[in-house]
Amino acid sequence: MRSRAIAVVTAGLGAPSSSRMLADRLTESTVERLRADAIDTRITVIELRDLAHDITNAMLTGFPNSELATAIDAVTGADGVIAVTPIFTASYSGLFKSFFDVLDRDALDGMPVLVGATGGTERHSLALDHGLRPLFGYLRAVVPPTTVFAASSDWGGASATAALGARIHRAGAEFADLVARSERSLSVRDPFALDGDFASRIGGGVA
Amino acid sequence: MQFGIFTVGDVTVDPTTGVAPTEHERIMAMLTIAQKAEEVGLDVFATGEHHNPPFVPSSPTTLLGYIAGRTERIILSTSTTLITTNDPVKIAEDYAMLQHVAEGRVDLMMGRGNTGPVYPWFGKDIRNGIDLAIENYNLLHRLWREDFVDWEGRFRTPLQGFQSTPRPLDGVPPFVWHGSIRSPQIAEQAAFYGDGFFANNIFWPKEHFRRLVSLYRERYEHYGHGRADQAYVGLGGQVFMRKNSQDAVREFRPYFDNAPVYGHGPSLEEFTEQTPLTVGSPQEVIDRTLSFRDTFGDYQRQLFLMDHAGLPLKTVLEQLDILGTEVVPVLRAEFDRLRPAEVPDGPTHADRARAARATSPERTVEGAEKARA
Repeated sequence: MRSRAIAVVTAGLGAPSSSRMLADRLTESTVERLRADAIDTRITVIELRDLAHDITNAMLTGFPNSELATAIDAVTGADGVIAVTPIFTASYSGLFKSFFDVLDRDALDGMPVLVGATGGTERHSLALDHGLRPLFGYLRAVVPPTTVFAASSDWGGASATAALGARIHRAGAEFADLVARSERSLSVRDPFALDGDFASRIGGGVA
Repeated sequence: MQFGIFTVGDVTVDPTTGVAPTEHERIMAMLTIAQKAEEVGLDVFATGEHHNPPFVPSSPTTLLGYIAGRTERIILSTSTTLITTNDPVKIAEDYAMLQHVAEGRVDLMMGRGNTGPVYPWFGKDIRNGIDLAIENYNLLHRLWREDFVDWEGRFRTPLQGFQSTPRPLDGVPPFVWHGSIRSPQIAEQAAFYGDGFFANNIFWPKEHFRRLVSLYRERYEHYGHGRADQAYVGLGGQVFMRKNSQDAVREFRPYFDNAPVYGHGPSLEEFTEQTPLTVGSPQEVIDRTLSFRDTFGDYQRQLFLMDHAGLPLKTVLEQLDILGTEVVPVLRAEFDRLRPAEVPDGPTHADRARAARATSPERTVEGAEKARA
């Protein structure tokens, strides 16, 4: 059986947080779809709340401590990432952004990333398109066409839950197809790799 | 093994008094600290180069030239010289002059600088940082070794039959270290020329630098300068000592908590665990520093950061007394005992001039005179 690594990053602050709930639903949907295609999954869940101090310290010192480094390795070494944030003040939360700020600029190059967001009302849902898509676009990650926003009202009421379920199902299917084709976890990036012959870079004539 | 101190020359408020020294007081303190370093038996004093407040050392050869006149033994170095934004012709001349003034007690550490606006202030583009470091250093390397240089490159005006002056003392250019925090290209550059590699490890975890130093060692051997374990490695360190550990921690904590670079971030305890910072007794500093050898192999130069974060001059001088009398003698004996005979000691002008005379007598002025006679 083929196998794929998926890192789930959630920036919810409550316990339980609706961001985590949405992240779990998106994960389930993805895992089911991949299993149907005979692909096994290895899931690593990263709750950014647990790393909040470490992320701030990494910004101040320029290096991650070992807990944060483990989380970063799980994300950058995955075949796909599920990223879910609460919407605060019209966009992703500061903690969510800070985590992606401490990654190397090319760490998510070509990475399938399923994005989701939660908020008090559905009026915030466009934050997915005006906030999260540009962020992952800058990082050259691949975001599937369907993104999922869950407002408080989506979690209750018969018609509402059915609608959220349908969006999660569609998003999971689109993301699973990208993950199935992704082999990022096999290509190890070496930050110490040299880029070509040194002597040829010198110019001006070698002594 | 060479032991010394390196300073960034920051003007920082003493968090325990709320007072910052004036630029003049800070500069005079650096001169005092350098002379104290020689007095307590250290081998190297190195100064950074900065072109923006709160740092004062914009003109290292002026500072080091004065110190050269007031000292007799200590090696004067930079930590670092900006190879990206300085004109390599001026570096060749300034440091050759300093080398004569200091009777050979000079070496340099090349660095790219980490302050973005410095590049445009000096008419350069930070996106060319690595390429500037490579092209400029190659020109510097030639100017010190070839009497007349024809040269054309991307970043400065071409040269035809140019001779930099004065020529290096005894025909032996100052030893060069290449400093880097993260770029493998710089480790490669150091290896290519057979120069030293200084891993400025004071703010980052050791695993990262272990890989960078290993890369440098492998490539040093690849380019035929010697075996990997014979390459020239320098490391940083940061210490604060009192007889009792607890006293050291109590006294240093406010300076740590408010320090430039890492202040207001991790706790002193976390930073101590993650980086070479050691706050404690002299014995703890000895044990920690000896452990660097386990990570990086036998190395040639250990520089400590002692005078930053607003520490008062009096405290810094006390720290240098402890370093020079209680710590370095033990480290020197221990490192020298452990180092195999075929692994070189720290580079000095006298040793390099002797080696140059032995291998190519015509290269030196003395040799050239003999050859003519």
